[in-house]
Amino acid sequence: MNKIKSLSDLKKIREEQNRSIELRSKGEAAEKLVQVKVAMATCGIASGAKETMEFLMDSLEKRGVNAVVTQTGCMGYCYAEPTIEVTMPGKEPVVFGNVNTQKADEIIEKYIKGGALVDGIIPVNYETIQTKE
Amino acid sequence: MSRYSMHILVCGGTGCKSSDSDILVEKLKKELDKQGLGETVQVIMTGCFGFCEKGPIVKVMPDNTFYTQVKPSDAEEIVEEHIVKGRKIDHLLYTDPETSKHITDSNRMGFYKKQMRIALRNCGFIDPERIDEYIARDGYMALGKVLSEQTPEETIALMKSSGLRGRGGAGFPVGLKWEFARNNVSDKKYVVCNADEGDPGAFMDRSILEGDPHSVLEAMAIIGYCIGADEGYIYIRAEYPLAIARLKTALNQAREYGLLGKDIMGSGFNFDIGLKYGAGAFVCGEETALIHSMEGERGEPTLKPPFPAESGYLGKPTNVNNVETLANVAPILLKGAEWFSSIGTEKSKGTKVFALAGQINNVGLIEVPMGTTLREVIFEIGGGIKDGKKFKAVQTGGPSGGCLTEKHLDTPIDYENLVENGSMMGSGGMIVMDEDDCMVSIAKYYLDFTVEESCGKCAPCRIGNKRLHELLERICEGKGETADLDRLRNLGEVIKDTSLCGLGQSSPNPVLSTLDNFYDEYTSHVHDKKCAAGVCKDLMEYFILEEHCVGCTACARACPVGAISGERKELHVVNPDTCIKCGACLEKCKFDAVILK
Repeated sequence: MNKIKSLSDLKKIREEQNRSIELRSKGEAAEKLVQVKVAMATCGIASGAKETMEFLMDSLEKRGVNAVVTQTGCMGYCYAEPTIEVTMPGKEPVVFGNVNTQKADEIIEKYIKGGALVDGIIPVNYETIQTKE
Repeated sequence: MSRYSMHILVCGGTGCKSSDSDILVEKLKKELDKQGLGETVQVIMTGCFGFCEKGPIVKVMPDNTFYTQVKPSDAEEIVEEHIVKGRKIDHLLYTDPETSKHITDSNRMGFYKKQMRIALRNCGFIDPERIDEYIARDGYMALGKVLSEQTPEETIALMKSSGLRGRGGAGFPVGLKWEFARNNVSDKKYVVCNADEGDPGAFMDRSILEGDPHSVLEAMAIIGYCIGADEGYIYIRAEYPLAIARLKTALNQAREYGLLGKDIMGSGFNFDIGLKYGAGAFVCGEETALIHSMEGERGEPTLKPPFPAESGYLGKPTNVNNVETLANVAPILLKGAEWFSSIGTEKSKGTKVFALAGQINNVGLIEVPMGTTLREVIFEIGGGIKDGKKFKAVQTGGPSGGCLTEKHLDTPIDYENLVENGSMMGSGGMIVMDEDDCMVSIAKYYLDFTVEESCGKCAPCRIGNKRLHELLERICEGKGETADLDRLRNLGEVIKDTSLCGLGQSSPNPVLSTLDNFYDEYTSHVHDKKCAAGVCKDLMEYFILEEHCVGCTACARACPVGAISGERKELHVVNPDTCIKCGACLEKCKFDAVILK
């Protein structure tokens, strides 16, 4: 361990270490952030959901989008894997199908950053227990 | 650094650890490795989440899922279902007692909704054994800022205007205390952290030391700078082994980083901290007794003045603050005095941590802004009384405090209001009682404690409390007389007025406040020889109901003293003179014929 010799040394460590707890701080304030859920069931992983997820995590951070990327189970659209669900703060969730890294790139640029819808949206035609109440 | 996409936080407080949360952590890691997720999902042991009633607690981030009562055997399911498949595990989720619905997100739980966490900000969030996580949460920034940008005078002025008062019991203004210690000129001064938490049922200091030890170390260094001391001690009871272990780890890490030691952050300021262990005597929470104990003397208090700020440890000016007080220091210095003083009531600023215990649904550790009402704490955060019973009283302030009743429920909690109503803040223990609790026995229970813990130095406390205890014992045995009620009050007041230290001066409080609020219970014990709550055994009699008794002889055979007589298939009778009230007959009767009244 290097000694901390000044306030700026301390600040440097704080910036470096911020990553280690970022996930938790974001989780506490998830409702105010962009939430991306990647379907990571067998079907999703087989179609490349892992690459999509890693790509999303990296690019969102690089492009300065404050987002929470989590994994979820099979959403049932196995024909369109990998699928992701994007929830912008205060908006309804939108599900996109066939999201390879290229598509993911388009979703970040156009939908998440620009607010414009892109092709590949899967209409949500079900209710969950949460939406029912 | 490997990239984690998920964090599993597991409570590593004493409560959850004793329910095997450390084994759970190992099992989670093993299961993750099995699935090849060891590099993607990180398991972290944090400090206390506060929701001890339902421990061990597991929180999955970033989806903020809150699992309760997790056993090591649940590790496989958590990894396979939640982590791999993304399905939340229903039976581990918290169930809202009102709607019976599962709540996934802790922000929506009644227990957390009204809380505001300043002193507990990092408990249940960071890994207390990693200084880096504390630094990531602005740790040691307040120390850095003070050392490089502020004079001690400015820092003390800021603390004074924030309105922070001591959280250990008496509520003395913190900034003022520092100023006294600063103004006393001496070649050597000391900073002491009072971690001798002794109130029955209070565990906030332990939780802070276990969950966020660096917040205490940082504050002590800041005080050292402010008063001109280069040495500090944490006086901690040896009964807190986990807190001691975490403190030792924290001290080593802080020294390695140079955040303790010589020339901290290039400022020329030197400060280091040592540990002193107490043997767990209640009176050593009193600052003069604490200092004597540190010096190797008997843990007995001495008259103030001189205050420790003039002549404390080894006769040098010493500043003593309690753990929770110290945990508030860094946020105040970073966010400003205005921010802090905007929280709370006119004379009590900020938040207070309370340990909820007794007949309440959500036993645990909570932090609320000063001025929150007892009703909010007990019924909204605490989830109300167990088994739908009726609320009777809440004991605040431990053995030094008093009982508050139904009529106080809407009183905003702060230092002044509690004292005005015959209780006190104390360190923040809150013991809730329901209709089945006998207030005379409760008063006796607290006196048991003070009689045991009195150091014996002054007569009012040593002899007075003993006599007070005997009076209560007599009343509970049904031998009390009317004059005893006046004797209780008179003696209580004399002890309060004449005792040497805070222990004796406050020890009659549980008796006096129950006399004030539950006088009818005392009179029914004395005059009618009845204990309505059914607690005082000597006032109860076993009785066999004629309409239920079938004459099976089971009770008579169970009675160890032959107090029950009666022929087979005929009514049995208990002879109260021989009965020793063991309850064996009541247990044996299959027809609910034996009752206690």
